[in-house]
Amino acid sequence: MSLLHKNNESYLPKRRRRFNFKNWRRNWYKFSRNPLPVLGLVLVILIILLAILAPWVAPYPQHAGKFINLKERFQPPSAAHWCGTDAMGRDILSRILFGYRISLLLGIVVLSISVPIGLTFGLLGGYYKDTFVETVCMRITDIFLAVPPLILAMAVASVLKPSLQNSMLAISLMWWPWYSRLIYGVVSGVRNEFFVQSAEVIGASRLHILLRELLPQTISPLFTKITLDMGFAILVGASLSFVGLGAQPPTPDLGTMVSEGSKFLPEQWWMSVFPALAIVLVVLAFNFVGDGLRDLFSLEQV
Amino acid sequence: MRFLKFIGTRLLQGIMVLVGLSLVIFIIARVVPGDPARLALGSIASEEQVAEFRTKMGLDKPIYTQYWLWLQHAVQGDLGMSLVTRRPVVQDIIQFFPATLELCLMSLVFEGVLGILLGVIAGRFANSWVDNAIRVLSYIGVVTPPFVFGILFMLFFGYLLHWLPSIGQLSPGIIGPPRITGLIVFDSMINGNFTAARDAFLHLLLPALSLAMGGLAQDARITRSSIVDNTGKDYISALKSCGVPSGLIMFKYLLKPSLIPTVSVMGLSFAYTFSNAFLLEAIYGWPGMSRYGMNAILNKDLNAMVGVVMVLGVIFVLVNLLVDIIITYLDPRIRLRTQ
Repeated sequence: MSLLHKNNESYLPKRRRRFNFKNWRRNWYKFSRNPLPVLGLVLVILIILLAILAPWVAPYPQHAGKFINLKERFQPPSAAHWCGTDAMGRDILSRILFGYRISLLLGIVVLSISVPIGLTFGLLGGYYKDTFVETVCMRITDIFLAVPPLILAMAVASVLKPSLQNSMLAISLMWWPWYSRLIYGVVSGVRNEFFVQSAEVIGASRLHILLRELLPQTISPLFTKITLDMGFAILVGASLSFVGLGAQPPTPDLGTMVSEGSKFLPEQWWMSVFPALAIVLVVLAFNFVGDGLRDLFSLEQV
Repeated sequence: MRFLKFIGTRLLQGIMVLVGLSLVIFIIARVVPGDPARLALGSIASEEQVAEFRTKMGLDKPIYTQYWLWLQHAVQGDLGMSLVTRRPVVQDIIQFFPATLELCLMSLVFEGVLGILLGVIAGRFANSWVDNAIRVLSYIGVVTPPFVFGILFMLFFGYLLHWLPSIGQLSPGIIGPPRITGLIVFDSMINGNFTAARDAFLHLLLPALSLAMGGLAQDARITRSSIVDNTGKDYISALKSCGVPSGLIMFKYLLKPSLIPTVSVMGLSFAYTFSNAFLLEAIYGWPGMSRYGMNAILNKDLNAMVGVVMVLGVIFVLVNLLVDIIITYLDPRIRLRTQ
């Protein structure tokens, strides 16, 4: 039966079949064939829970902000302070948990700004292929892509006052063109397929074609890229705050903690190493999940 | 002739991108809240002095006039005066740039050699334990920010094992060579001062390796997958059946086409390397553009900021052009299409 079906299909015009989201059990089976995506998912859920519940699960929640206890400064990792204490005598593990809150917030804000912008440009550019709309949309995208991202983010974050909000804004500004290009690639590929043409022939409105015909085509690559980018946005955010352009102390930001700790290398190594590993862990977790999704949707590259 | 035309088009596109970039940066930089003239002179300066300074620097004119003036000077290689150091920005950049360039070039060497080597090994022994080990390694390389590598390598190789020096460009007590190109290793070699050359080279290794890790991982991944793809192709089977030695197949017939995607990715990541160098210079106390750029940023030194970004933009465009040329060399199909 399935073989017959396959043979029949080869006579039909080639178009990628849309991914079936509703078949949860089959999708979960495919997703969990490989242990790494499952591990990633567990880690992501764990990190999100820890971040939300930080005031209750952190061993010393009062250490998250301005707190000074010089008696306990520079304590190496021990049973009382699993990751040691910093120059102010604050527990590093507690600060990492609160730092995850800021990192996740940054990722969510950056993506919710840059995805809609990139989506709009990509959809318009892809649908109005070979017209001036495409030229305008894609050339603007190209200019933003041509700027080394960290430099653009640094320039923007520095011109505005260094703060968490401004670093989010700066990262979003460098992030959207990647979505624009991804969506453009998908949309311009299916733009001349029969289902779009028939919608046009029936006289469907442009809005209908853009939102109901073309947009659904982009969902699986978009979803994968968002998952991967959650990690990478956190990474870039950490890089920005590492150079002092992100959240300002005493806010417990992971990048800021690493840069503060790097002043006390090599004696107080735990001050920078543990926050650094915390960054790597969260980026790794989102990457595992993203790669799992990529395999699930059988996308070649996102 | 077609090839020259192709390069010309790319060059023109690059110039367009640079103009666009300068426009974006210029607009962003001029919408600063706060008065750059007041900031440059400090709070002691009188109102008249500030006004005079503003006129002198052209800060009183509307943005588009300022941009036009800036553009006219920029094409002549004059990026204006730094508001803080009171020296021409170009001169400042010439002073700080070589250290960064040296770091980035060394990192490119690491990236190319190690990345391609790991990729070839993983592709040759696909799906073996070596392949899996390299896959894990490249995973770690991709998800770890460069400054984390910087700190870990410094602790491990610098302080724990004492293999390599980890601060600055030269050990204290070693006199650097007179400045010719600004690349210390190169300058010392020209001078015949091999102690300094060796010392500078050793200082270069750790920051360059930390800088290279991200790109190295990507290169290894991509080289591996294109080697695996190409191994299955008919022409390789044909060569094998003719009894061509496997080493010859690997390095002469398989590697060259497989490197095309790697080279384009390397070009892209080399441009990123320059911005990531900013992060590592801070850790390793490297006297490069990072310190200058960060100072410019903190002091709202507009001309310097625009200058640093534009230098990076020019590098980006040039590297991409170079990549296009290399790819045309590697892939005769593209060469034929353009001729």
